[in-house]
Amino acid sequence: MIEVIKSGLYSTIQDLGRFGFENYGVPISGSMDQFSSIISNKLLGNKDQDAVMEITMTGPVLKFLEKTKISITGADISPSINNNPVKLNIVHNINKGDLLSFGKLKYGIRSYLSVLGGFLTKEVMGSKSMYPNITKSFRIANGDFLKIKTLNKINIDPEITQINYLEHFKTNKIKVFKGPEFDELSETQKNNIFKNNFTISNNNNRMAFQLNEPFVNQLKPIITSLVMQGTVQLTPSGKLIILMRDNQTCGGYPRVLQLNESAINKLSQKYMNNEIKFELIEN
Amino acid sequence: MGLYDLKYKKFGENSILVKWPSIIDENILKNILLFKSEIIKANLDLNIYVKTSYNSLLVTYLKKPVDSSKVNELKNIYKSIGSIKIQVFNKWTIPVCYDISFGKDLVFLEKSLSIKKEEIISLHASKDYRVYNIGFLPGFLYLGGMDSEIHHPRKEKPSLNIEKGAVGIGGSQTGIYPNKSPGGWHIIGRTPINLFDIEKASPCLINSGDKVKFVSISLEQYQLISVQVESNIYELNKTLIDD
Repeated sequence: MIEVIKSGLYSTIQDLGRFGFENYGVPISGSMDQFSSIISNKLLGNKDQDAVMEITMTGPVLKFLEKTKISITGADISPSINNNPVKLNIVHNINKGDLLSFGKLKYGIRSYLSVLGGFLTKEVMGSKSMYPNITKSFRIANGDFLKIKTLNKINIDPEITQINYLEHFKTNKIKVFKGPEFDELSETQKNNIFKNNFTISNNNNRMAFQLNEPFVNQLKPIITSLVMQGTVQLTPSGKLIILMRDNQTCGGYPRVLQLNESAINKLSQKYMNNEIKFELIEN
Repeated sequence: MGLYDLKYKKFGENSILVKWPSIIDENILKNILLFKSEIIKANLDLNIYVKTSYNSLLVTYLKKPVDSSKVNELKNIYKSIGSIKIQVFNKWTIPVCYDISFGKDLVFLEKSLSIKKEEIISLHASKDYRVYNIGFLPGFLYLGGMDSEIHHPRKEKPSLNIEKGAVGIGGSQTGIYPNKSPGGWHIIGRTPINLFDIEKASPCLINSGDKVKFVSISLEQYQLISVQVESNIYELNKTLIDD
């Protein structure tokens, strides 16, 4: 069991998503940066899809009520165990009563905490990913107790023991395919969308990232159609909106670009005013 | 039902988008749903997900990049469904209380449409609606087929707190808010039933393609059904329809 002393800014439990219910309006959800959450599980020898804690910008204070092992990947939010700074991307032993806390944000914005065997919070419709009206709560709150696997064996057999992947956080290149309505853009607009740099607005969360720069266009709305994680929508007023992991399942704005999986993971580590540049994948 | 001239487009790394003509039409919807069920039947062993909307269908091959052979596979499945004519859907009867205490925008609509609220209610409860899409919120049904007399554009500014079960009018469609939420539709009543229940094996009973009919109930009936829903003894009335 882990006691949540402080929840942090926005901490949730996530796995790799809830599949098969999109046609009932249920988003897939899952870790925003799935590369980092998979790495944190691999370090412990967990399954890729085991549930992790996604920590955003300001970390929680967690008290471990039993012995376990943990790993922290993704953003560097200066983690400490019992006030001693610890490294990212390796395994740490935790004793009963240990306190995990976080400090200054150094790079990225979303950190992933894995525990041996994964978090054992309640599974709903095949996933532990928190989402409003699906799971009982949609984020972790002060005073919560989170169930974890009680250790029987302490030996682990991980695929990897450490990793360094700073480029994942540094790059501003966001790889995209053309979206279904891309061809309706004018030639100038087609050029500009790849030539210009864009910045992320303060309107960014697990559902979507809106970009600051207006992108003037004459595209007409479409009859409500299907969108995916990573779809870039263009509104009549010229706003570019990139759908993220908690995206709604359908929408009526033209879909001009589509991020690949790796680009969604990298974008998940960006925040307000960070610059990005779209790069076309030919296919 | 004839075959439509479909457009197939690769969408992202592992999905194919299939587009029907850009109109909202019951026959197109039924054709999409038929294609969906045939794709699922043909790919029983594969990890694929198919989702649909008004005039499109998206096939996602989980974690598997797609190529043109997948498009050909889909085209062949579509050709083979030409002769299938019978589709079975459910028709659901949903109780709605149109009392003014629930129908918070009835007075506004009465003025804006110049139709008496009793008339709005009777027009709304007179039609059989088709479920074209489920989305926006888990279990939010987009229902087409509303009487054109009561079409009304959405609110310019969405209301912040729409009650669970609220029944609204948005443009030419009507819909039910499955949970408390912000929303832009004009609210004319409220149903006591649960449209989306995560405790159930199938959390959403109603599917795209199904039909819905509203039946007007009194405040007393609303209270009674609420209690029955809470105690898990209320069963929605449904009949099979073949069309």
